Amino acid sequence: MSGDPILSVDRLSMRFGGIVAVNDLSFDAERRKITALIGPNGAGKTTVFNCITGFYKPTSGAIGLTHDDGRAIRLERLNDFRIAKLAKVARTFQNIRLFPGMTALENLMVAQHNALMRASGLTFLGLIGAPSWHHAEQAAIDLARTWLERIGLLDRADDAAGNLPYGDQRRLEIARAMCTQPALLCLDEPAAGLNARESAALSELLLSIRADQGASILLIEHDMSVVMQISDHVVVMDHGVKIAEGTPREVRDDPKVIAAYLGADEEEAIAVMESGT
Amino acid sequence: MDGRSVSAPPAAQTSRTPGAAFILKKALISAFVALVLFSLMIGVRTEAGPQGQLVYWTRFDDLAIMVAAVFGGSILVELLRRWWGPVDTVRVVPPSVQSALSLAGRLVAPVLLVFTFLVPVLFYNERYILDLAILVLTYVMLGWGLNVVVGLAGLLDLGYVAFYAVGAYSYALLATNFGLSFWICLPLAGILAAFWGVLLGFPVLRLRGDYLAIVTLAFGEIIRLVLINWQTLTGGPNGVTGIPRPTLFGIPLTPADDGLAALLGIEFSPTHRIVFLFYIILALALLTNWVTIRLRRLPLGRAWEALREDEVACRALGINTTTTKLTAFATGALFGGLAGAFFATRQGFISPESFTFHESALVLAIVVLGGMGSQLGVALAALAMIGGFELFRGLDQYRMLVFGMAMVLLMIWRPRGLVGHRAPTVFLKRSQTISSDLVKEGHG
Repeated sequence: MSGDPILSVDRLSMRFGGIVAVNDLSFDAERRKITALIGPNGAGKTTVFNCITGFYKPTSGAIGLTHDDGRAIRLERLNDFRIAKLAKVARTFQNIRLFPGMTALENLMVAQHNALMRASGLTFLGLIGAPSWHHAEQAAIDLARTWLERIGLLDRADDAAGNLPYGDQRRLEIARAMCTQPALLCLDEPAAGLNARESAALSELLLSIRADQGASILLIEHDMSVVMQISDHVVVMDHGVKIAEGTPREVRDDPKVIAAYLGADEEEAIAVMESGT
Repeated sequence: MDGRSVSAPPAAQTSRTPGAAFILKKALISAFVALVLFSLMIGVRTEAGPQGQLVYWTRFDDLAIMVAAVFGGSILVELLRRWWGPVDTVRVVPPSVQSALSLAGRLVAPVLLVFTFLVPVLFYNERYILDLAILVLTYVMLGWGLNVVVGLAGLLDLGYVAFYAVGAYSYALLATNFGLSFWICLPLAGILAAFWGVLLGFPVLRLRGDYLAIVTLAFGEIIRLVLINWQTLTGGPNGVTGIPRPTLFGIPLTPADDGLAALLGIEFSPTHRIVFLFYIILALALLTNWVTIRLRRLPLGRAWEALREDEVACRALGINTTTTKLTAFATGALFGGLAGAFFATRQGFISPESFTFHESALVLAIVVLGGMGSQLGVALAALAMIGGFELFRGLDQYRMLVFGMAMVLLMIWRPRGLVGHRAPTVFLKRSQTISSDLVKEGHG
């Protein structure tokens, strides 16, 4: 692969005790492109995500992120909230993790925490009601409003997030991640539980995020219609190792991928796993 | 035993609903549980005799009455439930009552505030009520302070009294040793308490839920034990005496020639000082309220609430959960410290006995009863807990029983506190309250 990768995962391994969840995985995600990470259940996709977003510390390997201005960051050296704050990597979760007792608008305001924290002079300027704080707050509300409009939830801005239908919650979580102004957006099964119409709307939303915000997107997805429709590049994992990568078309016709998904050749799968360990 | 057979009300027999047997069975079980529970508590009365020997006598008639009451009550409750129709979670409080409550809810706060301002005018000659009002306001302030930690940030803190103690001892020691005035010591006491809040925060950052509660509980006890045992500094169990009273811009409220009464040319009355203290604690409590309401609308306050809702999501959004938790502890402790300094100046004497776990539990009960996160709810709960407790004083030994019963009933009817719903901090079109079912309680 050539080009200008925003994210490059290099020989990443993650072990939990004796279990090797990810083994020597290397791949790149191109800037302003949509990269899909697919594979059967238990292939280690979410583990890769958790390593990239700082929820796990990888056992070995390097994860490099290069910003538009050329600033390079080693993600495996950052931990916890710093990946989102400094490296500007935002993520969503497989099981939606909104703040259910807060309104949709509040969810998007919380996402702008770090910017607003600076604007409020670490709370002190905000406490005395400085005009600069009010401007920043208004700007944050405007940004949230823009996103609510884009995901079609402007009417429900003041409803509790926990009261929204499932599909709306999915979109709200994506909008919340985008409100952090990320360089890289990581989506963990965004189409899970959506019907065909909602999946199509999601595909459109993701394409428009890439086009309008110039965001780079890395997604895990099981819904092949979404993957095939929007991905620029697909990485296929099985049993913790990469078994194929390429354009959606190339991957779809790859016999190894078909074998992994259909489980047609179990011996081969076992061989792949053993060669990995 | 006889208590069970005497009192099946005729209603139970005449009721032809197919569940009559079920009602009776349930009542019998309740009565049996009551019998087991009360047989020793009420059935046998023990006392130490004149020579120190154990004297006991039985009170089976009282026991029978209690068991009969439980039996009858159980049948009555079941019948009421049938008459009421199928009760689901929404209908426990009918919607009409709820809407009326919400309307009244909007009026309660302003009315209560105006009334509070007028208390010293209305009850000028009733020292008892003024003292009680000061006590209630102290607990309102403590409740509001703890509300930041427990209600907003969702961190269960069972050692809140430690910060109350730090504030009280800070003022007492600074004033008696260095002669600093109340108004200089007040912010110092708050800052010192906030500092201790951060100190407590560090070790418990990784703990959640029950574990957090246990460590904070231990912290509260440690502070109290240090106060008892560090005799050279704190005076140990004897406490600190002769804590100076607050002055009005340096003018003491005493009968002396330079006192306020003499300067104003009016007759001195000890009530002046009580009224002055009342307005100090009212101002402190309102400051607490104002700051908390402001903070909720700032990113810091929103981060506290987000932390209560979902800590993992907070981290994914780049929120530093460490500093967010520490600021919650520090802010709560700050208000506790201010309240403590006020307590010291009001009492004029403090000892470790005033800072037992009982106080922490009481303040936590106020927050939980009021509805976690609700400013109005906490104020009402403080009024009910402290004022209500005084109200039942006439009931003597049954005071605790009645009080406990009232709390149990309240928790059955309003399991998330008096004001269980949450008001959003920002809105586009219309602020609508969020049902308590959706709002998380936090896991530490």
